[in-house]
Amino acid sequence: MKLNDAQKKSFLEPLFNNNPVFVQILGICSALAVTTSLRSAVTMALAVTFVTAFSNVGVSLIRKWIPGSIRMIVEMVIIATLVILVDQLIKAFSYDLSKQLSVYVGLIITNCIVMGRAEAFAIKNAPCESFLDGIGNGMGYGLVLIVVAFFRELFGFGKIFGIVVFKTVQNDGWYVPNGLMVTAPAAFFLIGGIIWLLKTYNKKLQDAE
Amino acid sequence: MKFTKLRNTLQAVGDKFFAEGKPLAFLYPLYDAADTFFFTPGQKTSGTVHVRDFNDFKRVMITVVLALIPCALMGIYNVGLQANRLLAETGVAASATDWHGCVLNWLNATFPGLHIFDPNCVVGCFCYGLVYWLPLYVVTMVVGLFWEILFARVYRHEVNEGYFVTGFLFPLICPATIPLWQVALALTFGVIIGKEIFGGTGRNFLNPALVARAFLFFAYAGQISGDKVWTATQGVAADGSGAAVVDGLSKATPLSYIGEGAAALQNAGYTLRDAFIGTIPGALGETSVVACLIGMLILLVAGVASWRVIASMFVGGMGLAWIFQATASDPNSALALGPCWHFALGGFAFGMVFMATDPVTSATTKLGQYIYGALIGALVIIVRVFNPAYPEGVMLAILFGNCVAPLIDHFVVNANIKRRMKRLQTR
Repeated sequence: MKLNDAQKKSFLEPLFNNNPVFVQILGICSALAVTTSLRSAVTMALAVTFVTAFSNVGVSLIRKWIPGSIRMIVEMVIIATLVILVDQLIKAFSYDLSKQLSVYVGLIITNCIVMGRAEAFAIKNAPCESFLDGIGNGMGYGLVLIVVAFFRELFGFGKIFGIVVFKTVQNDGWYVPNGLMVTAPAAFFLIGGIIWLLKTYNKKLQDAE
Repeated sequence: MKFTKLRNTLQAVGDKFFAEGKPLAFLYPLYDAADTFFFTPGQKTSGTVHVRDFNDFKRVMITVVLALIPCALMGIYNVGLQANRLLAETGVAASATDWHGCVLNWLNATFPGLHIFDPNCVVGCFCYGLVYWLPLYVVTMVVGLFWEILFARVYRHEVNEGYFVTGFLFPLICPATIPLWQVALALTFGVIIGKEIFGGTGRNFLNPALVARAFLFFAYAGQISGDKVWTATQGVAADGSGAAVVDGLSKATPLSYIGEGAAALQNAGYTLRDAFIGTIPGALGETSVVACLIGMLILLVAGVASWRVIASMFVGGMGLAWIFQATASDPNSALALGPCWHFALGGFAFGMVFMATDPVTSATTKLGQYIYGALIGALVIIVRVFNPAYPEGVMLAILFGNCVAPLIDHFVVNANIKRRMKRLQTR
């Protein structure tokens, strides 16, 4: 399958130039909550990508038949169905992880990115583009999650994916874990720092003065 | 005397090396800082809207540093005093457990006249404290100035004296035993997040020294939360076995007795008089209320600090402590501790004089300053009395005060506008 320019754009734009977290500042709350370890961040990234992609397809497929007055409820039904599906899958195959993620999988329903893409994109575009847009946005969100989780897990616990990289003082190593990294504000500082860097190097992202 | 020679030399050096297009142009902020250190800047404001005063930014900042000197001297002396007292009490002989100890032993061997391990010798204790304070100060200045100059270079503003105050304040609110790499990390955070991202000196809404201290508090809580004393001792067990190495002997801080009331404090050997003079364990420079009061006098006479903030913080904190004491049913609870102890312990006086009064981060309206000060004072006491997890609430209370200061100002200004509007309408 060869992608045309519009399709490529709908996939690539949300990764960097129109990243949902960095540029649109959406989905921040879950980015704070699930990024203390890489494992939960990756799981969350996959879950959100799955939900965004397929809810976009679902909404796009029936977009011509949804009455405008109840479109949000219809979108919500599709999203909620997918989220419950993901939640059950995680519970079935990785129970520990589901406990670690606790309510945040269920809360994908309220993630502004999912609803936002359905409203802003899928409702007006063909299923194929909508699917790519969903994948792109989910991955754009996931990318941020993984970057933030990488730093938080590394500096907060001295580990990557649960594997010890810096041996901590508690285990007779040399690394003193940074307690700030484990708290939610650290995710704010990291996301803020990344936005700062990106806006410094990509002049297009800067707000018009 | 006009110092024309120095002026000409500076000018020539500047033109030759640091001007636009010259080899060291990237270091211009550094040259500018040195130049304005000696002479007032050449550019002056013109027009009629500015108040011109000899008490310029530079002088304000240097006054604050001067006011801090009593605290620093007392703090440095106290580091040595506490350590030597503890050594004498526990009967352990001085020895080296880290490089501080090596330096101390070397000093003791080379200059026996200093009596560096004698708790009764003022000079000895002071030199002991210097061994801890000096590296702290040097690291603070080097790291902080590095970021200052980097940001000044990238964002093209000038390096100014603001950092001298932050750099002088920060070591005084740290424990003497703090690892230097933590200091470097905390200052990086404090200077960048607390100040530079908002546009540098004068545009920050939080006190950078306190931001750095808060970073340490949350990142390395185990070493800094204040439930163990930070006495900088070096020693081994006196029996000569050399086995039991003691480094920073553990003993509860005065603040951790707050929950048990004044009697427990006295049983632990802390007297109100010691706490007031500052010969109790604590962060490096904030133990001495007397030194803080001398600093306060300097700041108030020079007109640098706002007396409204100081007075209202004092009244707010002590008033609340007094109400708690008057209503407490159990004489051995935190409620019953009373205003005298609350004022003498921890960083209340230091925070009141040097931190809350920061003209940039405090409220600016007159009424706002009263509210701001009272809010901080009351919060400190509330945290101390009701939150056993935080033995000391001064840092967080002042940071909270900094956060709401613009809001307080906003309401005060709007209330004034409303009042005047009403007056205008009735006429």
